[in-house]
Amino acid sequence: MPFVYNFPFFSIFLAMLAGIITPFLKNGKMAQRVSFVMIALVGAMSGILLFSLMQDGGASYTYMMGHFPAPWGNELRAGPLEALMALAFSLVMLLCLCGGLKDIFEDILPEKQKFYFIMINLLFSSLLALVYTNDVFTAYVFIEINTIAACAIVMAKDSGETIVATLRYLIMSLLGSGLFLIGIILLYGITGHLLMSDIQNQVVQLASTGRYAMPLTVVVGLIALGLSIKSALFPFHSWLPGAHGSATTASSSILSGLVLKGYIILLIKLFYRVFTIEVIRELHVNNILFFFGLAGMIAGSLRAMKETHIKRMVAYSSVAQIGYIYMGIGMGTGLGVVAACFHILAHAFTKPMLFATAGALSATRGHKKEFHDLKGSAYDNKLAGVGFTVGALSMVGMPLLAGFVSKLYFAMGSLDEPGRMWWTLLVLAASSVLNALYYIPAVIAIWTPVKKGADAPVQKVRPGLAFVFSVVLFLIANFALGVGFAPVIRVIESGLSLL
Amino acid sequence: MGNLLIDHYEAVAVILFGIGFMGLLLHKNLIKKIIGLNIMDTAIYLFLAAKGYIQGRLAPILVEGVTGVENYVNPIPSGLVLTGIVVSVSVTAFSLALVQRLYLKYRTLNLDEIMILAKKEKGADNH
Repeated sequence: MPFVYNFPFFSIFLAMLAGIITPFLKNGKMAQRVSFVMIALVGAMSGILLFSLMQDGGASYTYMMGHFPAPWGNELRAGPLEALMALAFSLVMLLCLCGGLKDIFEDILPEKQKFYFIMINLLFSSLLALVYTNDVFTAYVFIEINTIAACAIVMAKDSGETIVATLRYLIMSLLGSGLFLIGIILLYGITGHLLMSDIQNQVVQLASTGRYAMPLTVVVGLIALGLSIKSALFPFHSWLPGAHGSATTASSSILSGLVLKGYIILLIKLFYRVFTIEVIRELHVNNILFFFGLAGMIAGSLRAMKETHIKRMVAYSSVAQIGYIYMGIGMGTGLGVVAACFHILAHAFTKPMLFATAGALSATRGHKKEFHDLKGSAYDNKLAGVGFTVGALSMVGMPLLAGFVSKLYFAMGSLDEPGRMWWTLLVLAASSVLNALYYIPAVIAIWTPVKKGADAPVQKVRPGLAFVFSVVLFLIANFALGVGFAPVIRVIESGLSLL
Repeated sequence: MGNLLIDHYEAVAVILFGIGFMGLLLHKNLIKKIIGLNIMDTAIYLFLAAKGYIQGRLAPILVEGVTGVENYVNPIPSGLVLTGIVVSVSVTAFSLALVQRLYLKYRTLNLDEIMILAKKEKGADNH
């Protein structure tokens, strides 16, 4: 076994280790450095792993933890898709933290800052574990770690509003994980295995003989429902705007860019590696996800149009974008899921940029977040203005930007399935128009010059080095995904074919 | 329907899961919500323990003279229950800590009242 094959395990372990040593560090600044080094190392390892897997013409492997063979041991699995996601997650995590660094040290009490970074490290390790795991019960345990860490980074900004938002988030999350747990326990009951590949063999047999047809349907339903509550698929999104809209900048970016995606990747892995896409199509679970996705694309955008609070508007737009991803998964065709995976990346590189720049823009107006207070704020922090504009255009689907490519692939994916083509294309077009209807006025508002000396307290903010680094890299990533998408699509395709 | 009578442990577990789930979802009182969460989790452990037990077999601890695998039950379901308990203890502790914080701030455990108070507080901030 080549040495690079150890990297998934090293990544998860390193992230946990960083979380364990952080409480013993002196202050938040030190904790931040440790987290940054760890995330950069994980990113480098994922990059090397991805490169070496693609060198072998797209290879994948399972990794025995502690050399215990199948029924006793725990396993990891890595292929191009997993390595790509781990690489993207580490990059986005680093940029989210950079983009919100100033707010972290302003919003959180000094003695609590290092605890924030413990939660970041644990969150990151659980995300990696969700991406890499090959065992459904391990997935459950890391889902719970993810829940606690995600709630903790929301409540880090210690105000009444954020604690209420955290509690609502926690309750919905726990409902989701409860459903997921009973789902995998029932699955264990009918198949007798916990490792994904073993369950798959049994599921294929059960599906071909027709035994336990009812329990199998219930299991697929419970798991899909649990994970869609946790990833805020419409109509289970009620917790999202509060949690994403009120948290500190970095937390909002991480929650929308990464936490939601971890669950979706797990769902895709379960659909492909446990239930197999044929069984899913036979049970029509994908149709339900498809229609909820379409509904979310419209409903999230409509709700975002009514919003006057910049971060809540961006949060409602996440509901719509999650709808896109579920629509792609729900198409049940190869190209649809490729588009969904690409949109996971596009959204992960765009939405955190919107949150980071929205935070920076509101900092020029005394942290006010209503649009009428933010008029002309782009002139006081030009980089943030440009970042917000490009992010908004990418979400609308402007060519040359990441959002356009995913829309293109969603549209191409719909052509494979004549029955759903019109639905998909119609809703895609309608949703794009709606996106434009709330993003363009927001962009116009921040670029509308105001007379100096008006009642609002205007302060010019010189963007810090970390913020410049983060926004510039997000911009580059957006253009790179929008122009050089072909290799990324190739990696996703080879990753999905190996799942 | 016949199976329900034979598998009564599983049937009870599923009913309890439903009770706990609805409690967590619908109760206005935060402490009752957390109790609902615990009922829900416990129901799953009951289900697992019932599924994992085979009548006439021993607990998976080696007894002298009895070596055949067929004499013992599978230890994995019990292991899953233990792991699950650890997870649910930590989640419960976290939720209780959050609820305590909210109570100290708003002096009520009713989620609706807390939401109204939080909205008022936010409105006061903006003006």
